Amino acid sequence: MDRSIHLKTPLTASDVAALRAGDRVILSGVLYTARDAAHRRLIDLIEAKEPLPIPLTGQVLYYVGPSPAPPGRPIGAAGPTTSYRMDPYTPQLLEKGLKGIIGKGKRSEAVKQALMTYGAVYFAAIGGAGALMSQSIRKATVVAYHDLGPEAIRELYVEGMPLVVVNDTEGNDLYEEGRKAYRIA
Amino acid sequence: MRHIEAQAVTEAVKAAVVKANYELGEDVIQSFEKARIDEESPVGREILERLIENARIARTERIPICQDTGLVVVFADVGQEVVVSNGGFAEAVEQGVRDGYEEGYLRKSVCHPFTRKNTGDNTPVIIHFNLVKGSGIRMWVVPKGGGSENMSRLFMLPPSAGWTGVKEKIVLTVEEAGPNPCPPTIVGVGIGGNFEQSALMAKRSLLRPLGEPNPDDELARMEQEVLEAINRTGVGPQGLGGRITSLAVHILMMPCHIASLPLAVNIQCHASRHLEVTL
Repeated sequence: MDRSIHLKTPLTASDVAALRAGDRVILSGVLYTARDAAHRRLIDLIEAKEPLPIPLTGQVLYYVGPSPAPPGRPIGAAGPTTSYRMDPYTPQLLEKGLKGIIGKGKRSEAVKQALMTYGAVYFAAIGGAGALMSQSIRKATVVAYHDLGPEAIRELYVEGMPLVVVNDTEGNDLYEEGRKAYRIA
Repeated sequence: MRHIEAQAVTEAVKAAVVKANYELGEDVIQSFEKARIDEESPVGREILERLIENARIARTERIPICQDTGLVVVFADVGQEVVVSNGGFAEAVEQGVRDGYEEGYLRKSVCHPFTRKNTGDNTPVIIHFNLVKGSGIRMWVVPKGGGSENMSRLFMLPPSAGWTGVKEKIVLTVEEAGPNPCPPTIVGVGIGGNFEQSALMAKRSLLRPLGEPNPDDELARMEQEVLEAINRTGVGPQGLGGRITSLAVHILMMPCHIASLPLAVNIQCHASRHLEVTL
C-alpha cells in the first residue's frame, strides 16, 4: 500500500494491467451494484443469450446491499458485502468484459484465475464501514430488478472511493501476503 | 404483579434497534483506540482509524454504522411477576422491530431460505426468553450481520480433545474466516452444555461489554490465551495482515454430558451492536 492511484471508470486494459496487489486506489465515476440474487439473474440472461440490463465492458461491480436512503441523501450506509458468495458467477461476468470488482473477503481459485485470464482486478473496500463508504457516493439510481429491494442493481456515481487492490492480473493475493508478513509461527 | 403495556415494549424495542444501528458503543470505540496503538501494520492502523471515523459519521449524520443492519436477536429476561397487558410480549417485540426498521431507514435483510423472497419488515425476530425472579423485563437487542454469522461454527468434540483441542478449533475458525467476517472481530465461545446450549452461550457471551474481564478467573485466563493465539495468525484488520485480528474472546462455559464436549464459536464483526433495555 505504498502507491495511491487515481482511476476513473470505465477501466481500460492498461489501467488494470498496471495495478498490483497492495496498491491503494481512489476510484471515481460510474459503478454498478450487484449482489447475490442479481448475480443469479445476470447469469441466467447470459446463459439464455439475452441482453443484460447493464453494460459490462470496462465496468466495475460493487457488491453492496445499501440501507435505504434517508431524506436528502442519495443512499444509506453502503459498505461492501462478503464476496465469496458471488464466486460461482464471477468468471462468466469477467469473460463478458467486466474489469473490476469491489467487495470484501477471499475469492476462489477459479475467480483469481479468471482475473488473470480476462485481465481484471478485485478491490477490497472497508467491510462494515457503511457510513464512511457512503460518503463517496454522490448519486444512486436503481436501473434493474427493483423487486429485489436492497439487492436491486443500482448505478452509482462515486467520487474518491478509497479501495485496496487485493487480487491483480498476475495472480498476487494481498490477503495471503499480508497474513504471511504478520504471522508468528 | 406488575403490568407492563405491550405498547411500551414495542416503543422500547423500536428505539433500541435504531440506536444500536446508529451508535456504536463506547466500549467498542475504546477498543479500536487501544487496537490502533497495539497494531504494528500501517495499513491495519489506518483501517482502525477509519473504523473510528465511520462510527463518528454514523452517530452524527444518523445513518447506520454498517449497511447490514442485521437479523435481530433479542435476549429477554422476563420477571415472573410481570404481566404484559394489551397484547402478547413476542408480538410487541416484533412490532418494535418492524417499526424501527421502517422509520429508521434500516435495511430489511430477512428472506425465505430458498426463494430468497424478502419478508419485507425484518421479521421474524429471534427471541430467547428466560423466566427470572422479579418484576422487571431486561432485554438485550442485538442486530447481527450475516457476514460474521456465516463464519461461525459448532463442533461436537470428543472429550479427549480437552482444552488443547478446543483452543485449536477456535483459532482455526477465526483463521479460516480470514477477512470475511470484517475483522477485527470479537469471538464469542460457548463450551459445554449440549448442541444448542453451546451456540446460545457463544452468542450470549458477546453481550459482555468489551474490555470488561470475565468474572471467572479460569475463563479469563482461557480467554487471554486464545486471544493471544488468534492474534499470532497475522490475519489483521480486514484480513490485510496485522496483529489485531480479534479485539477480544468471550467465553461462557457449563457442564456437559460425559460423552460430549460441545464447542460453539460465534464470530462478531467489529460493528458490534447491542443495546440493553430495562422496563
